[in-house]
Amino acid sequence: MYEELKAIVGEENVSKEPEELYIYSSDPGTMPPVKPDYVVMPKTTEEVQKIVLLANKHKVPVVPMGGALSLSGLVRPLKGGIVVDMKRMDRIIEVNERARYAVIEAGVSEGKLKAYLDKRYPSLRISTPDAPPIASVTANALIHGSGRLSQIYGFHSEMVNGMEVVLPTGEVCRVGSCSVSPYWFSRSPLPDLAGLFIGWFGRTGIVTKLGIKLFPKHRYRDVMIFVTENPSYVSDVIWRVAHTEMAEDITVWAQPKPEWAEGFQHTTIYVTADSEEELEFKEKIIRNALMDYIKQKEGGFLYLTPGMKAMFLQEPMSQLVRFADVRKGGGFEYVGAILPVDLFDVAYQKGLEIVERLGVDWAFSIRIIGRSHCMMFAYAYPFNRADEEDVERARKALHETNKAVLEMGGIPWKAEVPAQQLILESMDEGARRLIKRVIEMLDPNGIMNPGNWEVE
Amino acid sequence: MMEKVNYAEIVHRCFRCGYCKFPSDYSEINCPSYAKYRFETYFSGGRMWLIRAWMNEELEWSEHLGEIMYSCSTCRNCVEHCVFKFNEQLVDVFIAARSDMVERGQVPKKVGEFFSNLAKFGNPWGYAARRLEWVGRDYANNEFLLHAGCVAAYDDRAKRSLKALLELLDAAGVDYGVFSDEICEGNEAMVMGEFGLFEQLMEQNRRRFEERGVKKVLTPDPHAFNAFKNYYGMDAVHHTQLLWNLVKSSELKVGRVEGRLTYHDPCFLGRWNGVYKEPRKLLSRIGSLYEMPRNRKNAFCCGGGSGNFYTDYLGGRDSPARMRVREAAETAEILVTSCPVCLMMLDNAVSDEGLELDVRDISEVVLEALKS
Repeated sequence: MYEELKAIVGEENVSKEPEELYIYSSDPGTMPPVKPDYVVMPKTTEEVQKIVLLANKHKVPVVPMGGALSLSGLVRPLKGGIVVDMKRMDRIIEVNERARYAVIEAGVSEGKLKAYLDKRYPSLRISTPDAPPIASVTANALIHGSGRLSQIYGFHSEMVNGMEVVLPTGEVCRVGSCSVSPYWFSRSPLPDLAGLFIGWFGRTGIVTKLGIKLFPKHRYRDVMIFVTENPSYVSDVIWRVAHTEMAEDITVWAQPKPEWAEGFQHTTIYVTADSEEELEFKEKIIRNALMDYIKQKEGGFLYLTPGMKAMFLQEPMSQLVRFADVRKGGGFEYVGAILPVDLFDVAYQKGLEIVERLGVDWAFSIRIIGRSHCMMFAYAYPFNRADEEDVERARKALHETNKAVLEMGGIPWKAEVPAQQLILESMDEGARRLIKRVIEMLDPNGIMNPGNWEVE
Repeated sequence: MMEKVNYAEIVHRCFRCGYCKFPSDYSEINCPSYAKYRFETYFSGGRMWLIRAWMNEELEWSEHLGEIMYSCSTCRNCVEHCVFKFNEQLVDVFIAARSDMVERGQVPKKVGEFFSNLAKFGNPWGYAARRLEWVGRDYANNEFLLHAGCVAAYDDRAKRSLKALLELLDAAGVDYGVFSDEICEGNEAMVMGEFGLFEQLMEQNRRRFEERGVKKVLTPDPHAFNAFKNYYGMDAVHHTQLLWNLVKSSELKVGRVEGRLTYHDPCFLGRWNGVYKEPRKLLSRIGSLYEMPRNRKNAFCCGGGSGNFYTDYLGGRDSPARMRVREAAETAEILVTSCPVCLMMLDNAVSDEGLELDVRDISEVVLEALKS
C-alpha cells in the first residue's frame, strides 16, 4: 500500500515512519493515542479520490484531518489506516466580493483566510473561531464550530454555501448551489445534501472544497465587559443585550484566577460600527439595556485598560490557548456544551459542583450562538501532560461534565468517542437508526473514520 | 557559552497549537522546515513532542528523527510567535536535545560529516586551510580583525561579496586585518548541539586572538557575529553596522543605485540579535527600499541556518530559499541580504527558479553606490 500511496501523492507526501505515526496518533487533548498505518498529504481532489479508492480496495480506514485541534481526539485513527492531512490543499480559489462568499480548499487555515481578506478584501471578514490560526476553516464548519459572528449568524456550519466531497466510495460530488450553477452562493433552494457531511466527523466523506459565507467588516470595533456576581442574572443579561441587536458577539467567561475575577461572571460584548457616532450609539443602547442592573448595583461595566482591550479584541485570542499552561503541563480540553441560554445558571452551578468535587482547575467560557438561541458553554480543564494522574483527573471531569450536560438537556459539541456514545444512548431511536443507515448507504466498506458515531 | 536548557522540564508544556508556524498576520507558513515538509513532525510543536517521546523512550532515535531535528534552521520564528511563557527557550530546547543526541552518538550521517570536517579542517567541507591568504592583509594590531566566516571564505558567490566589503573598507580607510589561516568560530557547531567541538573552536580562536592582541572583530557573517557577541563575549561588529556608520559620517560618500531593492533579514542578525535598522537605513540612503510582506521579526528564513546550508535538509523544489526568492521577485528587482549563508542560498534558489532577480550582499550594493 505504501508504494501505491507514493504513486498517488509522491514519496515526500506519504509517511509510515514511527515519528509521523507517533505525532498523528493524538491531538493535544486527553484521548489516548491510536497510531495510523500511514499519513498522506494530498494536493488535489483527484489525489484524495485515488486515496479513497485505494482504501476501498484494501478495506483500510481513512481519517481526514484538518488542524487536529478539536482536542477531543476526532482525528485519531481508531481502527488504524490512513490519516489524510488536508493542509497541503490550501488554495483560496475564489472570493466573490459582491455575493460575500469564498471558495476554498479544505486545508485553508483560519489564519490564512483572515490574512487574505484583510489584505485584499478589507471590507469582508469571516467568523473567526478562537481556535489557533492553523485551525481549518472547513473542518471547523464541518464540526459545527462557532466564532466571532455566531451571535448574529449562527454556527459556522450554517455559513456553508456548498461543498465538493469525495464520497466514501470514491465518487466526487458537489452540494449546494455549485451543484447547479458556477456560483457558490447558497444551499437553498435544493435538497440540503450538505447535512450529509456536517457533524459527521468524516464518517460520510472527505470534503475537499468549501463555499463559505463572508460578512461585512466594519471600521470600528470595541469591547465592553459587564460584570455580575450572580450567575442567575446572566441569561437575562444576554437576552437583553441580544435583544438590542447592537452587539456583534457576546461571550461570557468565569474563572477562579486571577483572584480579582473569582466569583464574577464577565459578559463580554463586542460592538462594531462604521463611524464613531454609530459605535457610541450602539454602546449607549447596550448600556441602557442593562441599566436596571447598574441602578440596583447588581452589575456594572468593567473599566478596561488599553492593554486589556487589545487582548480581548485580538482575533483569534491567543490568551485562550495559554490556558494550557495553567498547570505548566501543556494540556487542556473542554466540554463545549450546546445548551439553551436560559440554562446558564444550572450549567454554571453544575460545573462548579463538578470542579469542586473532583478538585480540578477550571475556566468557563461561553459563546452566544444566534440571538440567544443557544450557547456553547465550554467547561475547560487544564492538565499536566507529564502527570498521568492529572490527565486522568481531567478526563474524568470531562466525562462527568458530558453526562451532566446531557442530563440538563444539552448536547456536548465535537464529542469524544465516549461522549458520542452517551449522546447516542440519549438519542431518539429513529434518529439512531437513520444515522446507521446513512453511514451504511454511503460507506458500504466502512472505511471512513470508523469508530465515530458508531451505532450498534 | 549558552547554558544548556533542562528541556525535560519544558517539552511537555507545548500544546502543539501551531502559533509558531506563522508570522504575525498568519498569512503564510513561516517555519521553514514546516513550509517545506508540511508533516506535523516538522514544526516546533512536533519537535517538542518528539523530543519528549524520545526522552521517555516511546520513540527510538532514527536517522529520520535526526533529520527532523536538524531540519530546524534555528531561525527563531517560533520564539517570536509562540504564545507561551517558555517561548524564549524553544530553540534552546532543540539545541539542548541535539546536544544530548550528539553525546549519545546519535546524529544523522550528513551532520556527522559536518562535525568531522569542522573538527579536522576548521570548516564544514573539509577544504584546505589558509583560507584568507588571498586577502594579503594579515592582522597586525589593527583596529578590527575581519572574520569572514566559513561560507564567505569558501563559497565563490559569497567570496565576491567579501571582496566588495574589502574594497569598501579600503575606500573608507578602515584599519583591519585578517587571519589568513582563519578557522571557524563554531556558531553552527553550537546550535547543532556539538558543544564540545564549539568549545574547542572557541578555545582555539580565543588563544589566537590573545596571542595576536585582537580586541574587536568585524564580520559580514551574522552567524559568526552571534557567536562572538553572545558566546565569546567579544566586542563584535557586523558589517551592516560599520557600513551604516561610515555612510552616516560621510567617510563613505555614496550615490544612488538604480532599481527596486528589497531586504532579506538574516535570522542570526535579525531575530537572534535584533539588528534591523542599520541595513534598512543604509539601503534607504542609497536606493529605493521596498519591504517584502514578511520582514524584520516576521522574515522568512532562507533555510540555511544550523548547518542546513551543508546538510541540505531544506533543499529541493519546495525549499524555503526558493519560496523566499519568489516572494522577493514579487517585490523588487534586487534582493539584498547581509549574510554569506543567505546570499549563497538565495542566489542558488534564483538560478533554480530561473528568476530575473539580482541577489546581492549589502556590501555589493553599497560599493555600487560608492562608484555611482
